[in-house]
Amino acid sequence: MDRMAEFLAMGNYGGYVWPTYILAAVILVGLAIQSRRWLRNEERAVRAMEAEAPHRRAAAASGSARGETAR
Amino acid sequence: MIAALGLILRRELRLALRQAGESATVVLFFILAALLFPLGVGPSPATLARIAPGVLWATALLAAMLSFERLFQPDFEDGSLEQLALSPAPLEGLVLAKALAHWLTAAAPLIVAAPVLGVMLNLPAEGFVPLIAGMALGTPAISLIGAVGAALTLGARRGGVLLALLVIPLVIPVLIFGAAAVEAAIGGFPVRAHLTALGGISLGALVLGPWAAGAALRQALAE
Amino acid sequence: MIQRLANPARFNRLAGRTMPWLAWGAALCIGAALWLALAVSPADYQQGEAVRIMYVHVPAAWMALVAYAFVALASAGGLVWKHPLAHVAAQAAAPVGAAFTFLCLVTGSLWGKPMWGTWWVWDARLTSVLVLFFLYLGFIALTAAFDEPQRGERAAAILALVGVVNVPVIKFSVDWWNTLHQPASVMKMSGPAIHPSMLWPLLLMALGFTLYFGAVVLVRMKALLLARRARAMAMAQVHRAAPAAAEPGSAHG
Repeated sequence: MDRMAEFLAMGNYGGYVWPTYILAAVILVGLAIQSRRWLRNEERAVRAMEAEAPHRRAAAASGSARGETAR
Repeated sequence: MIAALGLILRRELRLALRQAGESATVVLFFILAALLFPLGVGPSPATLARIAPGVLWATALLAAMLSFERLFQPDFEDGSLEQLALSPAPLEGLVLAKALAHWLTAAAPLIVAAPVLGVMLNLPAEGFVPLIAGMALGTPAISLIGAVGAALTLGARRGGVLLALLVIPLVIPVLIFGAAAVEAAIGGFPVRAHLTALGGISLGALVLGPWAAGAALRQALAE
Repeated sequence: MIQRLANPARFNRLAGRTMPWLAWGAALCIGAALWLALAVSPADYQQGEAVRIMYVHVPAAWMALVAYAFVALASAGGLVWKHPLAHVAAQAAAPVGAAFTFLCLVTGSLWGKPMWGTWWVWDARLTSVLVLFFLYLGFIALTAAFDEPQRGERAAAILALVGVVNVPVIKFSVDWWNTLHQPASVMKMSGPAIHPSMLWPLLLMALGFTLYFGAVVLVRMKALLLARRARAMAMAQVHRAAPAAAEPGSAHG
Protein backbone atom coordinates (compact mmCIF):
# COMPACT_ATOMS: atom_id res chain seq x y z
CA MET A 1 0.00 0.00 0.00
CA ASP A 2 2.80 2.33 0.92
CA ARG A 3 4.62 1.53 -2.30
CA MET A 4 1.46 2.30 -4.26
CA ALA A 5 1.09 5.68 -2.53
CA GLU A 6 4.76 6.38 -3.14
CA PHE A 7 4.34 5.47 -6.82
CA LEU A 8 1.34 7.78 -7.15
CA ALA A 9 3.10 10.63 -5.35
CA MET A 10 6.03 10.55 -7.86
CA GLY A 11 8.34 12.26 -5.40
CA ASN A 12 5.89 15.15 -4.99
CA TYR A 13 5.74 15.64 -8.74
CA GLY A 14 2.59 13.50 -9.06
CA GLY A 15 0.51 16.60 -9.70
CA TYR A 16 2.50 17.19 -12.87
CA VAL A 17 3.45 13.69 -13.99
CA TRP A 18 -0.02 12.13 -13.91
CA PRO A 19 -1.83 14.94 -15.74
CA THR A 20 0.80 14.54 -18.49
CA TYR A 21 -0.01 10.88 -18.98
CA ILE A 22 -3.76 11.35 -18.57
CA LEU A 23 -3.79 14.17 -21.13
CA ALA A 24 -1.72 12.12 -23.56
CA ALA A 25 -4.17 9.23 -23.19
CA VAL A 26 -7.21 11.48 -23.62
CA ILE A 27 -5.82 13.16 -26.75
CA LEU A 28 -4.53 10.01 -28.46
CA VAL A 29 -7.51 7.78 -27.63
CA GLY A 30 -9.98 10.58 -28.37
CA LEU A 31 -8.44 11.30 -31.76
CA ALA A 32 -8.40 7.59 -32.64
CA ILE A 33 -12.07 7.17 -31.65
CA GLN A 34 -13.11 10.33 -33.51
CA SER A 35 -11.28 9.21 -36.67
CA ARG A 36 -12.85 5.75 -36.50
CA ARG A 37 -16.33 7.10 -35.93
CA TRP A 38 -15.90 9.51 -38.83
CA LEU A 39 -14.89 6.61 -41.10
CA ARG A 40 -17.92 4.54 -39.95
CA ASN A 41 -20.27 7.46 -40.63
CA GLU A 42 -18.89 8.02 -44.12
CA GLU A 43 -19.09 4.30 -44.86
CA ARG A 44 -22.71 4.26 -43.78
CA ALA A 45 -23.52 7.37 -45.85
CA VAL A 46 -21.92 5.95 -49.00
CA ARG A 47 -23.65 2.59 -48.53
CA ALA A 48 -27.02 4.30 -48.09
CA MET A 49 -26.49 6.31 -51.25
CA GLU A 50 -25.44 3.27 -53.21
CA ALA A 51 -28.57 1.44 -52.07
CA GLU A 52 -30.66 4.39 -53.18
CA ALA A 53 -29.16 4.53 -56.67
CA PRO A 54 -28.24 0.93 -57.60
CA HIS A 55 -27.72 1.74 -61.28
CA ARG A 56 -25.22 4.44 -60.49
CA ARG A 57 -22.49 2.96 -62.65
CA ALA A 58 -24.78 2.36 -65.57
CA ALA A 59 -26.19 5.83 -65.20
CA ALA A 60 -22.78 7.38 -65.24
CA ALA A 61 -21.78 5.35 -68.29
CA SER A 62 -24.38 6.80 -70.68
CA GLY A 63 -26.07 10.15 -70.61
CA SER A 64 -29.38 8.82 -71.94
CA ALA A 65 -29.78 6.39 -69.06
CA ARG A 66 -29.83 9.26 -66.59
CA GLY A 67 -33.33 10.31 -67.43
CA GLU A 68 -34.61 6.74 -67.05
CA THR A 69 -33.22 6.09 -63.58
CA ALA A 70 -34.59 9.35 -62.29
CA ARG A 71 -38.19 8.16 -62.62
CA MET B 1 6.72 41.66 -71.37
CA ILE B 2 8.53 44.41 -69.52
CA ALA B 3 6.12 46.89 -71.08
CA ALA B 4 3.18 44.80 -69.85
CA LEU B 5 4.66 44.78 -66.36
CA GLY B 6 5.07 48.56 -66.49
CA LEU B 7 1.45 48.95 -67.53
CA ILE B 8 0.30 46.72 -64.65
CA LEU B 9 2.39 48.63 -62.17
CA ARG B 10 1.05 51.97 -63.41
CA ARG B 11 -2.52 50.65 -63.20
CA GLU B 12 -1.97 49.38 -59.64
CA LEU B 13 -0.48 52.65 -58.47
CA ARG B 14 -3.27 54.67 -60.04
CA LEU B 15 -5.90 52.45 -58.39
CA ALA B 16 -4.13 52.61 -55.05
CA LEU B 17 -3.76 56.38 -55.15
CA ARG B 18 -7.43 56.74 -55.96
CA GLN B 19 -8.19 54.86 -52.76
CA ALA B 20 -6.06 57.08 -50.52
CA GLY B 21 -8.73 56.65 -47.87
CA GLU B 22 -7.55 53.09 -47.32
CA SER B 23 -4.00 54.20 -46.55
CA ALA B 24 -5.45 56.69 -44.09
CA THR B 25 -7.46 53.93 -42.40
CA VAL B 26 -4.37 51.78 -41.97
CA VAL B 27 -2.39 54.65 -40.45
CA LEU B 28 -5.30 55.60 -38.23
CA PHE B 29 -5.52 52.04 -36.93
CA PHE B 30 -1.77 52.06 -36.29
CA ILE B 31 -2.04 55.28 -34.24
CA LEU B 32 -5.07 54.12 -32.27
CA ALA B 33 -3.61 50.69 -31.50
CA ALA B 34 -0.32 52.24 -30.34
CA LEU B 35 -2.16 54.78 -28.20
CA LEU B 36 -3.94 51.98 -26.34
CA PHE B 37 -0.65 51.03 -24.70
CA PRO B 38 -0.04 54.20 -22.64
CA LEU B 39 -3.68 53.95 -21.56
CA GLY B 40 -3.20 50.28 -20.69
CA VAL B 41 0.18 50.25 -18.95
CA GLY B 42 0.18 53.79 -17.57
CA PRO B 43 1.90 57.00 -18.67
CA SER B 44 5.25 56.45 -16.89
CA PRO B 45 7.89 57.68 -19.39
CA ALA B 46 10.40 54.99 -18.36
CA THR B 47 7.92 52.16 -18.94
CA LEU B 48 6.86 53.61 -22.27
CA ALA B 49 10.47 54.01 -23.39
CA ARG B 50 11.09 50.38 -22.46
CA ILE B 51 8.15 48.96 -24.44
CA ALA B 52 8.10 51.48 -27.33
CA PRO B 53 10.20 49.48 -29.87
CA GLY B 54 8.13 46.33 -29.52
CA VAL B 55 4.81 48.20 -29.39
CA LEU B 56 5.59 50.17 -32.53
CA TRP B 57 6.63 47.10 -34.50
CA ALA B 58 3.79 44.89 -33.29
CA THR B 59 1.07 47.48 -33.92
CA ALA B 60 2.54 48.34 -37.33
CA LEU B 61 2.28 44.64 -38.25
CA LEU B 62 -1.33 44.48 -37.06
CA ALA B 63 -2.18 47.61 -39.04
CA ALA B 64 -0.60 46.06 -42.14
CA MET B 65 -2.86 42.98 -41.67
CA LEU B 66 -5.87 45.23 -42.32
CA SER B 67 -4.63 46.20 -45.75
CA PHE B 68 -3.98 42.76 -47.26
CA GLU B 69 -7.55 41.62 -47.76
CA ARG B 70 -8.20 44.16 -50.52
CA LEU B 71 -4.99 43.30 -52.37
CA PHE B 72 -6.54 40.91 -54.93
CA GLN B 73 -10.18 40.76 -53.85
CA PRO B 74 -11.64 43.61 -56.01
CA ASP B 75 -9.82 42.40 -59.13
CA PHE B 76 -10.92 38.83 -58.41
CA GLU B 77 -14.57 39.79 -58.03
CA ASP B 78 -14.92 41.98 -61.13
CA GLY B 79 -13.00 39.53 -63.29
CA SER B 80 -10.08 41.82 -64.13
CA LEU B 81 -7.71 39.38 -62.40
CA GLU B 82 -8.52 36.85 -65.12
CA GLN B 83 -7.83 39.48 -67.75
CA LEU B 84 -4.50 40.29 -66.12
CA ALA B 85 -3.63 36.58 -65.99
CA LEU B 86 -4.15 36.39 -69.76
CA SER B 87 -1.74 39.25 -70.45
CA PRO B 88 1.79 38.37 -71.61
CA ALA B 89 3.25 39.34 -68.22
CA PRO B 90 3.54 36.38 -65.82
CA LEU B 91 1.35 36.31 -62.71
CA GLU B 92 4.51 36.59 -60.61
CA GLY B 93 5.04 40.03 -62.14
CA LEU B 94 1.49 40.98 -61.25
CA VAL B 95 2.17 39.93 -57.65
CA LEU B 96 5.34 42.03 -57.58
CA ALA B 97 3.47 45.05 -58.93
CA LYS B 98 0.66 44.57 -56.41
CA ALA B 99 3.14 44.17 -53.55
CA LEU B 100 5.03 47.29 -54.63
CA ALA B 101 1.80 49.28 -54.84
CA HIS B 102 0.83 47.94 -51.42
CA TRP B 103 4.18 48.91 -50.01
CA LEU B 104 3.92 52.45 -51.38
CA THR B 105 0.35 53.01 -50.21
CA ALA B 106 0.25 51.08 -46.91
CA ALA B 107 3.76 50.40 -45.63
CA ALA B 108 5.31 53.76 -46.51
CA PRO B 109 2.65 55.73 -44.58
CA LEU B 110 3.30 53.45 -41.59
CA ILE B 111 7.01 54.25 -41.79
CA VAL B 112 6.19 57.96 -41.80
CA ALA B 113 3.81 57.62 -38.86
CA ALA B 114 6.12 55.42 -36.76
CA PRO B 115 8.57 58.17 -35.63
CA VAL B 116 5.69 60.45 -34.65
CA LEU B 117 4.30 57.68 -32.48
CA GLY B 118 7.83 57.07 -31.24
CA VAL B 119 7.92 60.62 -29.88
CA MET B 120 4.57 60.11 -28.17
CA LEU B 121 5.75 56.81 -26.65
CA ASN B 122 8.96 58.45 -25.38
CA LEU B 123 11.23 56.34 -27.60
CA PRO B 124 14.86 57.26 -26.76
CA ALA B 125 16.54 59.42 -29.39
CA GLU B 126 19.02 56.71 -30.48
CA GLY B 127 16.12 54.49 -31.49
CA PHE B 128 14.66 56.61 -34.27
CA VAL B 129 17.16 55.94 -37.05
CA PRO B 130 17.14 52.13 -36.61
CA LEU B 131 13.33 52.23 -36.31
CA ILE B 132 12.97 53.93 -39.68
CA ALA B 133 15.79 51.96 -41.31
CA GLY B 134 14.45 48.67 -39.93
CA MET B 135 10.95 49.40 -41.14
CA ALA B 136 12.23 50.42 -44.57
CA LEU B 137 14.17 47.14 -44.83
CA GLY B 138 11.59 44.87 -43.22
CA THR B 139 8.27 46.09 -44.63
CA PRO B 140 8.92 44.77 -48.19
CA ALA B 141 8.89 41.27 -46.65
CA ILE B 142 5.60 42.08 -44.93
CA SER B 143 4.01 43.30 -48.16
CA LEU B 144 5.20 40.20 -50.03
CA ILE B 145 4.18 37.68 -47.34
CA GLY B 146 0.85 39.47 -47.07
CA ALA B 147 0.43 39.09 -50.83
CA VAL B 148 0.94 35.33 -50.45
CA GLY B 149 -1.68 35.21 -47.69
CA ALA B 150 -4.11 37.34 -49.71
CA ALA B 151 -3.69 35.11 -52.76
CA LEU B 152 -4.22 31.95 -50.69
CA THR B 153 -7.42 33.20 -49.05
CA LEU B 154 -8.91 34.63 -52.24
CA GLY B 155 -12.59 33.73 -52.23
CA ALA B 156 -12.44 32.04 -48.83
CA ARG B 157 -15.11 32.28 -46.18
CA ARG B 158 -14.11 34.68 -43.35
CA GLY B 159 -11.10 35.60 -45.47
CA GLY B 160 -9.92 38.52 -43.32
CA VAL B 161 -9.50 36.68 -40.04
CA LEU B 162 -8.07 33.65 -41.81
CA LEU B 163 -5.57 35.91 -43.57
CA ALA B 164 -4.30 37.24 -40.23
CA LEU B 165 -4.09 33.70 -38.84
CA LEU B 166 -1.94 32.64 -41.80
CA VAL B 167 0.28 35.71 -42.08
CA ILE B 168 1.06 36.59 -38.45
CA PRO B 169 3.13 33.43 -37.75
CA LEU B 170 5.05 33.98 -40.98
CA VAL B 171 6.09 37.56 -40.17
CA ILE B 172 7.34 36.82 -36.64
CA PRO B 173 11.01 36.96 -37.74
CA VAL B 174 10.49 40.50 -39.09
CA LEU B 175 9.04 41.59 -35.75
CA ILE B 176 11.89 40.01 -33.80
CA PHE B 177 14.71 41.56 -35.81
CA GLY B 178 12.95 44.89 -36.25
CA ALA B 179 12.28 45.44 -32.57
CA ALA B 180 15.70 44.07 -31.64
CA ALA B 181 17.43 46.59 -33.92
CA VAL B 182 15.77 49.48 -32.08
CA GLU B 183 16.53 47.99 -28.66
CA ALA B 184 20.15 47.35 -29.63
CA ALA B 185 20.59 50.97 -30.69
CA ILE B 186 19.06 52.21 -27.43
CA GLY B 187 21.37 49.94 -25.46
CA GLY B 188 24.39 51.20 -27.39
CA PHE B 189 25.01 47.97 -29.32
CA PRO B 190 25.68 47.72 -33.07
CA VAL B 191 22.53 47.36 -35.17
CA ARG B 192 24.03 46.25 -38.45
CA ALA B 193 23.44 42.52 -37.85
CA HIS B 194 19.72 43.07 -37.23
CA LEU B 195 19.30 45.30 -40.25
CA THR B 196 21.18 42.78 -42.39
CA ALA B 197 18.83 40.06 -41.19
CA LEU B 198 15.81 42.22 -42.05
CA GLY B 199 17.19 42.91 -45.51
CA GLY B 200 17.91 39.21 -45.94
CA ILE B 201 14.36 38.27 -45.02
CA SER B 202 13.03 40.82 -47.49
CA LEU B 203 15.30 39.47 -50.23
CA GLY B 204 14.16 35.93 -49.51
CA ALA B 205 10.53 37.08 -49.62
CA LEU B 206 11.25 38.87 -52.89
CA VAL B 207 12.43 35.61 -54.43
CA LEU B 208 9.87 33.21 -52.98
CA GLY B 209 6.83 35.40 -52.32
CA PRO B 210 5.83 36.18 -55.94
CA TRP B 211 6.33 32.54 -56.86
CA ALA B 212 4.09 31.25 -54.05
CA ALA B 213 1.47 33.96 -54.53
CA GLY B 214 1.53 33.36 -58.30
CA ALA B 215 0.88 29.65 -57.76
CA ALA B 216 -1.95 30.49 -55.36
CA LEU B 217 -3.51 32.93 -57.82
CA ARG B 218 -3.26 30.41 -60.63
CA GLN B 219 -5.17 27.79 -58.70
CA ALA B 220 -7.71 30.36 -57.50
CA LEU B 221 -8.40 31.27 -61.14
CA ALA B 222 -8.48 27.62 -62.24
CA GLU B 223 -11.84 27.08 -60.55
CA MET C 1 4.92 1.62 -55.23
CA ILE C 2 3.68 5.18 -54.69
CA GLN C 3 2.42 5.33 -58.24
CA ARG C 4 0.49 2.09 -57.80
CA LEU C 5 -1.29 3.54 -54.78
CA ALA C 6 -2.93 6.10 -57.03
CA ASN C 7 -5.90 3.79 -57.48
CA PRO C 8 -8.24 4.47 -54.50
CA ALA C 9 -9.60 0.92 -54.46
CA ARG C 10 -6.09 -0.51 -54.27
CA PHE C 11 -5.18 2.02 -51.62
CA ASN C 12 -8.24 1.02 -49.59
CA ARG C 13 -7.30 -2.64 -49.75
CA LEU C 14 -3.70 -1.97 -48.76
CA ALA C 15 -4.71 0.45 -46.02
CA GLY C 16 -7.18 -2.06 -44.63
CA ARG C 17 -4.44 -4.66 -44.48
CA THR C 18 -1.72 -2.49 -42.89
CA MET C 19 -3.91 -0.52 -40.48
CA PRO C 20 -4.36 -3.31 -37.85
CA TRP C 21 -0.61 -3.99 -37.81
CA LEU C 22 0.16 -0.33 -37.24
CA ALA C 23 -2.51 -0.02 -34.55
CA TRP C 24 -1.40 -3.13 -32.65
CA GLY C 25 2.25 -2.18 -33.03
CA ALA C 26 1.48 1.26 -31.64
CA ALA C 27 -0.42 -0.21 -28.69
CA LEU C 28 2.41 -2.63 -27.92
CA CYS C 29 5.18 -0.04 -28.18
CA ILE C 30 3.32 2.58 -26.16
CA GLY C 31 2.38 -0.03 -23.54
CA ALA C 32 5.99 -1.17 -23.18
CA ALA C 33 7.21 2.43 -23.13
CA LEU C 34 4.70 3.29 -20.40
CA TRP C 35 5.91 0.44 -18.25
CA LEU C 36 9.56 1.42 -18.75
CA ALA C 37 8.84 5.13 -18.30
CA LEU C 38 6.73 4.88 -15.16
CA ALA C 39 8.04 1.80 -13.35
CA VAL C 40 11.50 0.83 -14.53
CA SER C 41 13.46 3.97 -15.38
CA PRO C 42 15.09 5.75 -12.45
CA ALA C 43 14.38 9.28 -11.31
CA ASP C 44 16.74 11.92 -12.63
CA TYR C 45 19.24 13.26 -10.09
CA GLN C 46 18.40 16.85 -11.05
CA GLN C 47 14.77 16.72 -12.13
CA GLY C 48 13.62 13.92 -9.83
CA GLU C 49 10.47 12.09 -10.88
CA ALA C 50 9.43 15.03 -13.09
CA VAL C 51 11.77 13.60 -15.73
CA ARG C 52 8.98 11.12 -16.52
CA ILE C 53 7.09 13.96 -18.23
CA MET C 54 9.89 13.94 -20.81
CA TYR C 55 8.88 10.47 -22.01
CA VAL C 56 5.69 12.02 -23.39
CA HIS C 57 6.94 15.52 -24.11
CA VAL C 58 9.99 14.73 -26.24
CA PRO C 59 8.32 12.10 -28.49
CA ALA C 60 5.36 14.48 -28.93
CA ALA C 61 7.78 17.20 -30.04
CA TRP C 62 9.39 14.78 -32.49
CA MET C 63 6.00 13.87 -33.86
CA ALA C 64 5.04 17.54 -34.22
CA LEU C 65 8.01 17.99 -36.57
CA VAL C 66 7.72 14.61 -38.32
CA ALA C 67 4.02 15.21 -39.00
CA TYR C 68 4.75 18.67 -40.40
CA ALA C 69 7.43 17.20 -42.66
CA PHE C 70 4.90 14.58 -43.75
CA VAL C 71 2.24 17.22 -44.48
CA ALA C 72 4.74 19.29 -46.47
CA LEU C 73 6.03 16.30 -48.44
CA ALA C 74 2.51 15.17 -49.24
CA SER C 75 1.61 18.72 -50.26
CA ALA C 76 4.60 18.82 -52.60
CA GLY C 77 3.52 15.46 -53.98
CA GLY C 78 0.09 16.84 -54.68
CA LEU C 79 1.22 20.12 -56.23
CA VAL C 80 4.24 18.96 -58.20
CA TRP C 81 3.50 15.34 -59.11
CA LYS C 82 -0.29 15.65 -58.91
CA HIS C 83 -0.58 12.36 -57.06
CA PRO C 84 -4.31 11.90 -56.41
CA LEU C 85 -3.86 10.70 -52.82
CA ALA C 86 -1.26 13.27 -51.76
CA HIS C 87 -3.62 16.08 -50.78
CA VAL C 88 -5.80 13.55 -48.96
CA ALA C 89 -2.75 12.38 -47.00
CA ALA C 90 -1.75 15.94 -46.08
CA GLN C 91 -5.28 16.81 -45.04
CA ALA C 92 -5.59 13.63 -42.97
CA ALA C 93 -2.24 14.14 -41.22
CA ALA C 94 -2.57 17.82 -40.26
CA PRO C 95 -5.03 17.39 -37.35
CA VAL C 96 -2.96 14.50 -35.99
CA GLY C 97 0.15 16.66 -36.13
CA ALA C 98 -1.71 19.51 -34.46
CA ALA C 99 -2.79 17.13 -31.68
CA PHE C 100 0.82 16.08 -31.04
CA THR C 101 1.94 19.72 -31.09
CA PHE C 102 -0.73 20.61 -28.54
CA LEU C 103 0.33 17.67 -26.38
CA CYS C 104 3.93 18.84 -26.61
CA LEU C 105 2.97 22.37 -25.53
CA VAL C 106 0.85 21.33 -22.55
CA THR C 107 3.35 18.74 -21.31
CA GLY C 108 6.12 21.30 -21.69
CA SER C 109 4.08 23.61 -19.51
CA LEU C 110 3.45 20.82 -16.97
CA TRP C 111 7.19 20.19 -16.86
CA GLY C 112 8.02 23.87 -16.62
CA LYS C 113 5.87 24.53 -13.55
CA PRO C 114 7.95 22.41 -11.13
CA MET C 115 11.26 23.06 -12.95
CA TRP C 116 11.06 26.75 -13.80
CA GLY C 117 8.39 27.76 -11.30
CA THR C 118 5.94 29.05 -13.90
CA TRP C 119 3.49 27.44 -16.31
CA TRP C 120 4.88 29.22 -19.30
CA VAL C 121 8.35 30.46 -20.12
CA TRP C 122 9.16 32.17 -23.40
CA ASP C 123 11.79 29.57 -23.97
CA ALA C 124 13.03 29.32 -27.56
CA ARG C 125 11.85 25.75 -27.97
CA LEU C 126 8.38 26.29 -26.49
CA THR C 127 7.92 29.45 -28.54
CA SER C 128 8.87 27.77 -31.82
CA VAL C 129 6.50 24.89 -31.07
CA LEU C 130 3.75 27.44 -30.36
CA VAL C 131 4.34 29.03 -33.76
CA LEU C 132 4.30 25.57 -35.35
CA PHE C 133 0.94 24.96 -33.69
CA PHE C 134 -0.45 28.08 -35.35
CA LEU C 135 0.94 26.96 -38.71
CA TYR C 136 -1.01 23.71 -38.28
CA LEU C 137 -4.16 25.62 -37.36
CA GLY C 138 -3.74 27.86 -40.40
CA PHE C 139 -3.38 24.81 -42.65
CA ILE C 140 -6.51 23.18 -41.19
CA ALA C 141 -8.54 26.40 -41.36
CA LEU C 142 -7.49 27.02 -44.97
CA THR C 143 -8.51 23.52 -46.12
CA ALA C 144 -11.97 24.13 -44.65
CA ALA C 145 -12.41 27.72 -45.86
CA PHE C 146 -13.62 27.14 -49.40
CA ASP C 147 -16.83 25.86 -50.90
CA GLU C 148 -14.87 23.68 -53.33
CA PRO C 149 -12.67 21.24 -51.38
CA GLN C 150 -10.14 21.08 -54.23
CA ARG C 151 -9.43 24.78 -53.91
CA GLY C 152 -8.91 24.47 -50.15
CA GLU C 153 -6.56 21.52 -50.36
CA ARG C 154 -4.40 23.17 -53.01
CA ALA C 155 -4.23 26.52 -51.19
CA ALA C 156 -3.33 24.69 -47.98
CA ALA C 157 -0.64 22.72 -49.81
CA ILE C 158 0.99 25.96 -50.99
CA LEU C 159 0.79 27.26 -47.41
CA ALA C 160 2.50 24.10 -46.14
CA LEU C 161 5.36 24.62 -48.57
CA VAL C 162 5.67 28.31 -47.63
CA GLY C 163 5.76 27.12 -44.02
CA VAL C 164 8.63 24.72 -44.75
CA VAL C 165 10.73 27.62 -46.02
CA ASN C 166 9.66 29.79 -43.12
CA VAL C 167 9.98 27.34 -40.21
CA PRO C 168 13.82 27.40 -40.16
CA VAL C 169 13.78 31.22 -40.33
CA ILE C 170 11.29 31.39 -37.48
CA LYS C 171 13.29 28.83 -35.49
CA PHE C 172 16.51 30.76 -36.03
CA SER C 173 14.99 34.12 -35.17
CA VAL C 174 13.27 32.78 -32.05
CA ASP C 175 16.47 31.08 -30.85
CA TRP C 176 18.35 34.27 -31.42
CA TRP C 177 15.65 36.38 -29.73
CA ASN C 178 15.81 34.03 -26.78
CA THR C 179 19.55 34.34 -26.24
CA LEU C 180 19.08 38.10 -26.49
CA HIS C 181 16.46 38.35 -23.78
CA GLN C 182 17.51 35.73 -21.28
CA PRO C 183 21.03 34.46 -20.75
CA ALA C 184 21.57 30.74 -20.70
CA SER C 185 20.53 30.30 -17.08
CA VAL C 186 17.63 28.10 -18.09
CA MET C 187 18.22 24.49 -17.29
CA LYS C 188 18.69 22.32 -20.34
CA MET C 189 16.04 19.70 -20.80
CA SER C 190 18.49 16.84 -21.18
CA GLY C 191 22.14 16.41 -20.41
CA PRO C 192 24.76 15.72 -23.06
CA ALA C 193 24.53 11.96 -22.65
CA ILE C 194 21.26 10.14 -22.03
CA HIS C 195 21.47 7.04 -19.91
CA PRO C 196 20.15 3.90 -21.68
CA SER C 197 17.49 3.42 -19.00
CA MET C 198 16.02 6.73 -20.20
CA LEU C 199 16.76 6.23 -23.87
CA TRP C 200 14.68 3.06 -24.22
CA PRO C 201 11.35 4.44 -23.03
CA LEU C 202 11.96 7.55 -25.17
CA LEU C 203 12.67 5.55 -28.33
CA LEU C 204 9.84 3.09 -27.73
CA MET C 205 7.38 5.91 -27.12
CA ALA C 206 8.55 7.70 -30.25
CA LEU C 207 8.15 4.50 -32.29
CA GLY C 208 4.71 3.92 -30.78
CA PHE C 209 3.64 7.48 -31.57
CA THR C 210 4.88 7.09 -35.17
CA LEU C 211 2.92 3.85 -35.64
CA TYR C 212 -0.13 5.49 -34.06
CA PHE C 213 0.28 8.40 -36.48
CA GLY C 214 0.39 6.00 -39.42
CA ALA C 215 -2.71 4.12 -38.28
CA VAL C 216 -4.81 7.23 -37.59
CA VAL C 217 -3.72 8.91 -40.84
CA LEU C 218 -4.78 5.81 -42.80
CA VAL C 219 -8.19 5.79 -41.12
CA ARG C 220 -8.65 9.51 -41.79
CA MET C 221 -7.53 9.13 -45.40
CA LYS C 222 -10.12 6.41 -45.95
CA ALA C 223 -12.78 8.61 -44.36
CA LEU C 224 -11.79 11.59 -46.52
CA LEU C 225 -11.90 9.48 -49.69
CA LEU C 226 -15.36 8.19 -48.76
CA ALA C 227 -16.55 11.70 -47.94
CA ARG C 228 -15.37 12.80 -51.36
CA ARG C 229 -17.20 9.89 -53.00
CA ALA C 230 -20.39 10.70 -51.06
CA ARG C 231 -20.11 14.27 -52.26
CA ALA C 232 -19.68 13.21 -55.87
CA MET C 233 -22.66 10.87 -55.60
CA ALA C 234 -24.82 13.59 -54.05
CA MET C 235 -23.88 15.90 -56.91
CA ALA C 236 -24.79 13.20 -59.44
CA GLN C 237 -28.15 12.74 -57.76
CA VAL C 238 -28.86 16.46 -57.97
CA HIS C 239 -28.01 16.24 -61.66
CA ARG C 240 -30.37 13.31 -62.19
CA ALA C 241 -33.18 14.95 -60.25
CA ALA C 242 -32.98 18.04 -62.44
CA PRO C 243 -35.36 18.02 -65.40
CA ALA C 244 -33.84 16.29 -68.40
CA ALA C 245 -34.74 19.19 -70.64
CA ALA C 246 -32.18 21.29 -68.82
CA GLU C 247 -29.46 19.14 -70.38
CA PRO C 248 -29.57 19.40 -74.13
CA GLY C 249 -27.27 16.38 -74.52
CA SER C 250 -29.44 13.90 -72.64
CA ALA C 251 -32.28 13.29 -75.07
CA HIS C 252 -34.54 10.35 -74.22
CA GLY C 253 -34.25 7.01 -75.97
